[in-house]
Amino acid sequence: MTRTITYREALNLAMRREMEADEDVFVYGLDVPDHKRIFGSTKGLVEQFGLNRCFGAPLSEDALTGIGIGAALSGLRPILTHIRTDFMLLGMNQLGNMLSCLRYMSGGKVHVPMVIRSVVGRGWGQSAQHSKSMFGIFAHFPGLRVVLPSRPQDAYSLLRAAVRDPNPVIFIEHRWLYDVEGPVDEQVTVPIGQPVVVRQGKDLTVLCVSWMNVEALKAAEVLARRGVELEVVDVRSLAPLGRDLIVESVKKTGRCLVADYDWVFAGFSAELAAVVGHDCFRELKCPVERVGFAHAPCPATRPLENLFYPSAVTLIRMAEKMLGLDETDLSGENFYSYENKFKGPF
Amino acid sequence: MPSLNETMDLYRRILLIRMCEEKIREVYPGDEIKSPVHLSIGQEAIPVGVCHCMPRGTRYFGTYRNHALYLNLTNDVEGFFCELYGKASGAGRGKAGSMHLMAPEVGLMATSAVVGTTLPVAVGAALACQYQGGDGWTVVFFGDGAMEEGVFGESMNFACLRGLRILFVCEDNGLAIHAPAKDRRGYRSVMDLTQAFDCYAASAEGQDVFKVIEKTRKIMEGMEQAPKPGFLHFTYHRFLEHVGVNEDYQHGYRKRPSDQELRQLDPAQVLSGQMARLGGVEADLEKMRNELKERIEKSVAQARAAPFPEPGELCTEVVL
Repeated sequence: MTRTITYREALNLAMRREMEADEDVFVYGLDVPDHKRIFGSTKGLVEQFGLNRCFGAPLSEDALTGIGIGAALSGLRPILTHIRTDFMLLGMNQLGNMLSCLRYMSGGKVHVPMVIRSVVGRGWGQSAQHSKSMFGIFAHFPGLRVVLPSRPQDAYSLLRAAVRDPNPVIFIEHRWLYDVEGPVDEQVTVPIGQPVVVRQGKDLTVLCVSWMNVEALKAAEVLARRGVELEVVDVRSLAPLGRDLIVESVKKTGRCLVADYDWVFAGFSAELAAVVGHDCFRELKCPVERVGFAHAPCPATRPLENLFYPSAVTLIRMAEKMLGLDETDLSGENFYSYENKFKGPF
Repeated sequence: MPSLNETMDLYRRILLIRMCEEKIREVYPGDEIKSPVHLSIGQEAIPVGVCHCMPRGTRYFGTYRNHALYLNLTNDVEGFFCELYGKASGAGRGKAGSMHLMAPEVGLMATSAVVGTTLPVAVGAALACQYQGGDGWTVVFFGDGAMEEGVFGESMNFACLRGLRILFVCEDNGLAIHAPAKDRRGYRSVMDLTQAFDCYAASAEGQDVFKVIEKTRKIMEGMEQAPKPGFLHFTYHRFLEHVGVNEDYQHGYRKRPSDQELRQLDPAQVLSGQMARLGGVEADLEKMRNELKERIEKSVAQARAAPFPEPGELCTEVVL
């Protein structure tokens, strides 16, 4: 049965279903059981499963990461939740020195089925320490899976897949996606490691990560009015990366724009550009282009923040350049403005 | 009063570790073992004594100075040497080396070369036990240097907050690589530092395995009464350099104890003295030594002859 729910409800439903199915699944982290419940994503879990299976913790992100590893080594399936991805930096020792390589170092004797959820913040003055996404850094470590759903169905299905995966999974959610509504069928499964075409087109492939899917779909809608068809591909999983669909799409369109939601320099967009550059060398009609964050820490003030993030406008202008088109008149277009949905503060 | 049999068993355990490490010292200069080794000579009585007290099913976590813990728990001399020689038949299929020896089949869940790193992981194992309603034990060994890491306080805090059945065992040789305690500690003493935490705590010298056993049993009794973690602090003398097979007194950063003091700091010599007092017979000990020697020689020969991992092994065991 399909029903329309929000991304936050989809996350909540996925955890609820996994906790119902498996007593070894538990959810923990700072603020997880408080009255705000991680923007509502952990709502009702304490009431249904008790504080033993949904609990808050001291402010110890480093230890909490290790605690999850130890619990997973002991047969449990922990879901550690960070309200901001930036806080994961406190747990990087455990992530880089244990979580990603314990299986390898043990010669395959152990595995660590742990999920780390984290939320990427944006807007309302989040500034440099509440806005990082860093998924490219996590994907860089062999042994970790990195998943970034952008639609409610994927949030639901991929979180369930993450909890069931025998490997560590970093599961990154964008704060603004929490209010996105979409159809969710509880029976639909989505395997980790497969991109998906979210809008078909013949002129140019936009490879999107997380929130950039929303911007790319808007860009596609605007350009469609002048007969330009963007193909929007949601990468969904950075590690493992499903190359086949990406390559197939770019071979079809002959053009590739990578819409990353991270810094461009030395970022994951370079990985995608390299994949496409190699596998679609003969089909490419123009160089692969990349958009992402400006090369600065994220500023707090709105005018600078607007320049920091790529948007539908950035994508439209870049697509026009790649296709040799004049600039579309965008006056009168209604672009996403977070004041309409997200009024902060967090 | 321990029996002669019990004492002989403990001695055999300590001797196995010692003789394996003496063998490493012998072959190391030939560059056969291409892996950093942190030898446990002087430290053996701590893991041997603590593990002696723990029930079956206990989960253990250790450090890069893990040879004593690994050999004591596994008795796996062959897998140990194969791993040090980097062979496919090694305990970690050649992917672990000396610093990451693990044997989950006997409860040795993880060891780590980054100081303090297994502390919270052990706390997680203890949490799992509590979560599952079990009464199993978790033991984590760490050096005194780990207490300077931020994660030590985080781990102690969480374990005490949740009243977990975990035993923190500090193996204190007074050195962090070459830095003495006085250059590193802004706190009065190890025991002072643990005072603030709601746990049982005790301290003793760690070269006498029976003293280790006595302290461990006593703290376990407390932990069985009321659900709180335990903290055991054992001092010991590191006979060799931080990493490698040589003595390093000549570098002048620490003083060489006298020969008599060294005898008193050596867990094997301390225990052999006790055995003599219990009526141990030299011929039995000689037999034990010969058996162990033969086994170790055989294991090393096996390790030398064993094949390295195939090239295709490079990217296996990364994910499941």
